[in-house]
Amino acid sequence: MEAALKETKAKTSELSGADLLLKALEKENVEVIFGYPGGAVLPIYDKLYDSKILHVLPRHEQGGIHAAEGYARISGKPGVVIATSGPGATNIITGLADAMMDSLPLVVFTGQVATGVIGTDAFQEADILGITTPITKYNYQIRDTKDIPRVIKEAFYIATSGRPGPVVIDFPKDLAAAVSEEPAEQDIFLPGYQPTTEPNFLQVRKLAEAVSRAKRPVILAGAGVLHAKASTLLKEYAEQQKLHIVHTLLGLGGFPAGHELFLGMAGMHGCYAANMALHQCDLLINIGARFDDRLTGNLKHFAPNATVAHIDIDPAEIGKNVPTHIPVVGDAGEALRQLIRQVGNPPEQDEWKETITSWKRDYPYHYENTDLLKPQKVMELLFEKTAGEAIVVTDVGQHQMWAAQYYQFKTADRWVTSGGLGTMGFGLPASIGAQFADPSACVVAVLGDGGFQMSTQELAVIAEYQLPIKIAIFNNKALGMVRQWQEIFYDARYSHSKNPVQPSFVKLADAYGIKGYEIHTEAEAHAILNEVLNDNEPVLLDFRVDGEENVYPMIATGKGIHEMVGVKK
Amino acid sequence: MKRIITMTVLNRPGVLNRITNLFTKRNYNIESISVGLTEQEGVSRMTCVIHVENDRMVEQITKQLNKQIDVLKVADISDQAIVARELVLVKVPVLPHNRSEIYSIIEPFRASVIDVSKDSIIIQLTGETEKIEAFIDLIKPYGIKEMARTGTTAFPRGNQRVSQQKAFSFV
Ligand SMILES: Cc1ncc(C[n+]2csc(CCOP(=O)(O)OP(=O)(O)O)c2C)c(N)n1
Repeated sequence: MEAALKETKAKTSELSGADLLLKALEKENVEVIFGYPGGAVLPIYDKLYDSKILHVLPRHEQGGIHAAEGYARISGKPGVVIATSGPGATNIITGLADAMMDSLPLVVFTGQVATGVIGTDAFQEADILGITTPITKYNYQIRDTKDIPRVIKEAFYIATSGRPGPVVIDFPKDLAAAVSEEPAEQDIFLPGYQPTTEPNFLQVRKLAEAVSRAKRPVILAGAGVLHAKASTLLKEYAEQQKLHIVHTLLGLGGFPAGHELFLGMAGMHGCYAANMALHQCDLLINIGARFDDRLTGNLKHFAPNATVAHIDIDPAEIGKNVPTHIPVVGDAGEALRQLIRQVGNPPEQDEWKETITSWKRDYPYHYENTDLLKPQKVMELLFEKTAGEAIVVTDVGQHQMWAAQYYQFKTADRWVTSGGLGTMGFGLPASIGAQFADPSACVVAVLGDGGFQMSTQELAVIAEYQLPIKIAIFNNKALGMVRQWQEIFYDARYSHSKNPVQPSFVKLADAYGIKGYEIHTEAEAHAILNEVLNDNEPVLLDFRVDGEENVYPMIATGKGIHEMVGVKK
Repeated sequence: MKRIITMTVLNRPGVLNRITNLFTKRNYNIESISVGLTEQEGVSRMTCVIHVENDRMVEQITKQLNKQIDVLKVADISDQAIVARELVLVKVPVLPHNRSEIYSIIEPFRASVIDVSKDSIIIQLTGETEKIEAFIDLIKPYGIKEMARTGTTAFPRGNQRVSQQKAFSFV
């Protein structure tokens, strides 16, 4: 009798690898998983059948991982993805590379063939550790069920701490199914991983001194400010020292766009004032940006007369592209907090302020209105009619740049875009993730007709959950950004950039049970936006914009940041 | 210029792949990598000999290596007083008429003959890269049938002289 009792007791405390996985996810307070089933993850899916965690089925694994990225960007929490072995896992590669470039925290589970056949080219086997090593912050393969809780704990810690990034956990099928006693708790063991968050006091003081001496200072704020949740501190510091702010593409929202100290986005399609400020400054304070080449232009002409200070949580970013005089390794928020406490007198920069003000006043973004519907106009309307409070998610191309230029972000974490990798097909699924992260927000997916067609299948998810996403297609019947480069640099030889055949996007939306409209004029745009933006249901807006419009200003490859073309005359 | 970087790493699966991948991904030029266990269980030491154009590049490489989760410690020891050693095995054909000539080269290098067959010998030599290369140059005219080099492994010396002069010894 007693022996029998003992046996049933042992049984109840036994857990499968998949049980351990879900338990660990619950412990991390995961609320949503973007996953796609298949043979190697069937044991995990069987457990998901009864799980309380919401599971969203994208219609392509790439859509799943981009959704997780959108979710991570807006929620600040890691996006969780499951894909099966082999093709399921290789379908998420683009998303991993994208998340790695833009420092988005993801924890991604890939199924793997059973341990006994790993290395034999078994059915649906792919060397996911090998493939993902250069595009993940870290990766694991589960080798023993007793390690599952620790590995998952470590993965969440690595993904979210320091400079965030994607972590892959490769999960052999037999270990997901294997049943064992619940393993003893293991501590995180990462002796080689200790991100520096608290900056060196002396370095901060050096920076503060440089600020007080500067005549032409400017702050370049990147996404590091957003990851550190430091936008309030940035504003406090900028106001205290009267420092002007320039944003990178990914940093938008870190500082309120309407603020008098805000100069705008810098870089290839940045505004005149921002780029000129970077070119002419004598002190450049980079906070959480990585001096990407699309920002700096030709390095020879980048901030040529400036003392460069760089605050970054990743020491390897400091001095990588631009020689740095005052390196500050640490969290952007901690650094700003220390800087604010230094309370030096603000630098004297009357002349500089005047110059900057005139740049800002005389050379804003501009476009010429014609009878055709101008994409810039549509962006302005979207901004106006959402009161600048929407979450704007974009794809990649001209529309992305217009969104960055014309949507005046008031607050942080309202902007989702693929910056470093520039991944077409990112926008629609990322908007799904963003909406799951903030269900009550107005989410606008700003897409090109090209990029939309790389992820069209995800309309099914929007329909399934009735996500009230406003899908705004900037339909120029072309791969616009490619067409623009061909026009400017290749004698208008439009090699494969004009989409000859296009489905009716409205009918396509209709096929998914989503309302759709074609919009040809500014008046129609006004009317439709007034009507649909507050609806609590999805809608697809096919804006038939001027197909010949180009994004300006522009810095051609190899040119300096001050050599913009297409600046307002 | 040539730099010697040593690091200690956690002995986890895939760690060597991670390091070599990093070199490929960042387009760094490596001459050799040697890996082996250390006195500490679960920890390996790697020694990389790399070629770089300037100090900024070495700094980037050490930072990128340091960023790897499994890397415990990275040091560019090129400017320190170090002991650096490499081992080479060379199979050389020997004929009756040149046997003594070959042996006369082996001796001053304190190399040893570790295998002798009818028409060839295998020579083993340990030392700094310069010494190994000097030896190879001398033995090359006799025809090298096969050669295997381990790549450099290195340590800072116990006593660091104040002047950071490079200390090379013959043995
Ligand atoms: C996956 C992928 N393939 C190719 C590109 C190269 N590319 C950059 S922008 C662009 C055109 C995008 O066209 P569309 O989606 O219609 O947007 P538009 O530029 O017209 O606004 C292309 C092909 C890319 N960024 N990503």
